[in-house]
Amino acid sequence: MKSFNYVITDEVGIHARPAGQLAKMVKELTSKVTIEANGKSAEATKLMMVMALGVKKDAEVTVKVEGPDEDADVVKVEDFFKANF
Amino acid sequence: MQQFKGKGIGKGVAIGRIFFYDKGEEAVRRETIDSVDAEIERYEAAKAKATEQLQKLYDKALVEVGEENAAIFEVHQMMLEDEDYNDSISNIIKTEKVCAEYAVATTGDNFAEMFANMDDEYFKARSADVKDISERVVRVLSGRETTSDLEEPVILVAEDLAPSETVQFDKSKLLAFVTRLGSANSHTAILARMMSLPAIIGIDIDKSWNGKQAIVDGYKGTITIDPDDDYMKEMLLIRHRDEEHRKLLQQLKGKPSVTKSGRKIKLYANIGGVKDTGAALDNDAEGVGLFRSEFLYLESEDFPTEDTQFQAYKSVVQNMAGKQVVIRTLDLGADKQVGYFDLGDEDNPAMGYRAIRICLDRPEIFKTQLRAIYRASAYGKVAIMFPMIISLDEVLQCKKYVEEVKQELKAENIPYSEDVELGIMIETPAAAVISEYLAKEVDFFSIGTNDLTQYTLAIDRQNAKLESINDSHHPAVLELIRMTIENGHKGGAWVGICGELAADTSLTAKFIEYGVDELSVSPAFILPVRAEIVNTE
Repeated sequence: MKSFNYVITDEVGIHARPAGQLAKMVKELTSKVTIEANGKSAEATKLMMVMALGVKKDAEVTVKVEGPDEDADVVKVEDFFKANF
Repeated sequence: MQQFKGKGIGKGVAIGRIFFYDKGEEAVRRETIDSVDAEIERYEAAKAKATEQLQKLYDKALVEVGEENAAIFEVHQMMLEDEDYNDSISNIIKTEKVCAEYAVATTGDNFAEMFANMDDEYFKARSADVKDISERVVRVLSGRETTSDLEEPVILVAEDLAPSETVQFDKSKLLAFVTRLGSANSHTAILARMMSLPAIIGIDIDKSWNGKQAIVDGYKGTITIDPDDDYMKEMLLIRHRDEEHRKLLQQLKGKPSVTKSGRKIKLYANIGGVKDTGAALDNDAEGVGLFRSEFLYLESEDFPTEDTQFQAYKSVVQNMAGKQVVIRTLDLGADKQVGYFDLGDEDNPAMGYRAIRICLDRPEIFKTQLRAIYRASAYGKVAIMFPMIISLDEVLQCKKYVEEVKQELKAENIPYSEDVELGIMIETPAAAVISEYLAKEVDFFSIGTNDLTQYTLAIDRQNAKLESINDSHHPAVLELIRMTIENGHKGGAWVGICGELAADTSLTAKFIEYGVDELSVSPAFILPVRAEIVNTE
């Protein structure tokens, strides 16, 4: 399993549209991607659950990536976070 | 005539007939079904149709209200694809053997409630999105799809409006939105503002209003049913004024601020923080003439760090994209107090320990700010201005600290610009009187007319009893302004005005006659002042 921590810089936090794009992207990966924040966790493919984490600006999230291609996938997911959140 | 008050979320005045929009929502009935598979198939087909509708709405909104606001319909499509949402629907159909309408409505309610219970306004508002997509699928399932065909432009009154509904209406047929529910953060509110329509929420609406004449006042947040003649006349006047104002704005955007004889006046904006740069640019500011840095200190519980300040200055400088940004150093004290500064009580704070006096007394605070500003200077065109100057010695001290900060940054290999203009506020009679000498030491002056008036007339501007004699057009004030401009030019400094008088269009021609180079005003006043400049010789 690979993981990284990330501090949200987006003004609104993890909001609907990029969260939806993230779900779309992760569905095409072989890895299972889990976002942990505020003591809760949600699979990145599940848009509503990810939004229900209620992650705001300046919050730190831990993202776990698990699967046969986790080395490559973790880079893709981390890049997505940096570019969108 | 009956008037109701709510909360205005879209400005402007609308006059017309009310169209009461009734969703005609029948309660979804819980009906049992025979074939689970057939019901799930019905749901899948309805979902596909709803997705198709959403794509069409997205395309329509993209053209009408822009990408950012159209995005909601893309999000709705994504939400419809959500695994948990879909699992919940098929589970209810399977385990309870009920119709798809019921399964969708129940699932929608559950998810909406989850969002409604969150403590953040943004996530709370997502509750409406879940309801919206669920209602859409239910409408498809039950064959109740309708779009209202409006004959003439109307004031739309409804319980609540889902984002998809606001866009479905023909824009040319809408005068205003009035709803009982909704929040200032909702998409309806944002779309109403984007469409520049007056809108009010929180009104106790009534079905019997349908077809009645009404006036919506988005400024005051009122709707008036069956207005009388006097009120109608009053509101027609306001609507007319708004239209004239809009025309003025449209004509002057993008035009240079040049007088008839060809003199270019720099027309800048006063801003109080990063969030104001949008308004400055929207109103066509040619730069920022006064960036009040106090907000950084007022909004924080301890001294803001160099990095915090740097980020704020950098954002503004980058947003202004190469246009000049004049940052005024800390101007606290007097009416602006901050606990952690421990400034103590004073008998006469307006004449007390404030602004540059604090900075020169506590250089560690001053230098932190100067470092942050110089670091931001690498990202655009920055100028620095020192407030409350009364003597040449103060100016020299400020310049000494600036030199120290530049040397430090250079030694640390931190980039900064060498072209940062240094200026001072002329807001004390002392500075105005010796402006000839001060001008030789700085690149520019900016005249702060509020304090200059207060100190020249010896009138406390906070004292309401003195308001009638607090005359900022007093000849002494105007003479000090004239003299400062003349002396500034003699010493090679450009001279601007950033106080309230800069926005006083009855004085614009006079200031231009005095030779003023720059006027810095609140974003809303930029275009009215430009109108005055282009009409001046």
